[in-house]
Amino acid sequence: MRGTADVIDALVGIAPGSPLDAIRARRPEARSQAQATYHALFAPEAPGAVSGQERFAIARFVAGLHGDAAVAAFYAEGLAASAAPAALGEAVDAASADAAAQGPYGHYPAGPLSRENVIGPTYRVDAKTRAALGLRLAAAFEHAHVLVFHPRDATPDALKALLDAGWTTTDVVTLSQIVAFLSFQIRVVAGLSTLSGR
Amino acid sequence: MPDTILIPPDHAAPRAFTRAQLEWLPWLEPLAAEAMTERQVASLVDAARMKSPYFRLLARDPDALEARTRTDKDIFYNPDAGLPRAERELAAAATSRFNGCVYCASVHSRHAATYSRREADVQRLLDEGVTADLGERWSAIVAASVALTTTPITFGSEHVDRLRRTGLDDLAIADVIHAAAFFNWANRLMLSLGEPAGPAEAERGKS
Repeated sequence: MRGTADVIDALVGIAPGSPLDAIRARRPEARSQAQATYHALFAPEAPGAVSGQERFAIARFVAGLHGDAAVAAFYAEGLAASAAPAALGEAVDAASADAAAQGPYGHYPAGPLSRENVIGPTYRVDAKTRAALGLRLAAAFEHAHVLVFHPRDATPDALKALLDAGWTTTDVVTLSQIVAFLSFQIRVVAGLSTLSGR
Repeated sequence: MPDTILIPPDHAAPRAFTRAQLEWLPWLEPLAAEAMTERQVASLVDAARMKSPYFRLLARDPDALEARTRTDKDIFYNPDAGLPRAERELAAAATSRFNGCVYCASVHSRHAATYSRREADVQRLLDEGVTADLGERWSAIVAASVALTTTPITFGSEHVDRLRRTGLDDLAIADVIHAAAFFNWANRLMLSLGEPAGPAEAERGKS
């Protein structure tokens, strides 16, 4: 499933000639460019300093936070194919189970919107998982948790924590795109699956 | 030299959701326009985006940026039937309102108001939030966008049924899904890589 096939089609189970195939064909660029984004983030021409293993580990974590077993399994397969040790996959699963929450929550700047503040957990990777993930991925997971569940709590200090853990500015852009794109892809898959009556 | 974060200079910050024009100030260094490679420039898609620190920051991963932008354009601008542009923008504004992205909500509430001419309803969404009564069709679109925006996702067949009852066909419902899903992408980038600034009016509490 990780070859050239359209990932959203595969995850929804859209067969050629089906009603959803016809609907997606009416927005051909949205379909092909969502796939191009997947390709750019998970099979990049120029991977830079973010390894394939890191990319798939983050995606598997984000899919796990969404409680989407099919998408999580898809990225788990990608992680395994990137020659990740089994212990890393187990650590990612443990982290996503430990980090579960319900979003969106978070704070607004002090003022009239403060009454809409919603309190929720701040995720910190535990020591055992941190040892398995390494400092760099552990920092990425803590940031991904903010983006998935409480993005309005994001701060410059959160980005500093990533830089301190060895992510460059360009790496942070890629990391942010991975988490944000997954937030899109998972919702398209869930929405189209519901629309098709699955 | 190791990379560092940017601390924006003192600025007026919006205190409420607004349709006013806002700025966006990055927390990480965008590429300098004159230092960009041909590939990075091409990834902006529209040359005018060279002025935007947001797009020059995302151009650090040009392949992801270009594909993101082309996905965005087809979801919102493709004129072939489906959901009218105004309601695609409504789904974007509702998603942004619910996630708390003041910047994204400002842009797409302006678009929703422009294309629908329903400024008062759009303003009610901003002022009261996603439970505002906007009439059945708009409330159904907002409720579907919200259900798609929760994590885990709570969008279900009841949302599809409600949209169908208000006259949306399956292509239009797929447009709601894509518009809400896309803003779950965009909100996370805008909220986590920088912050909104302005307008002067918001400082006077008038947003």
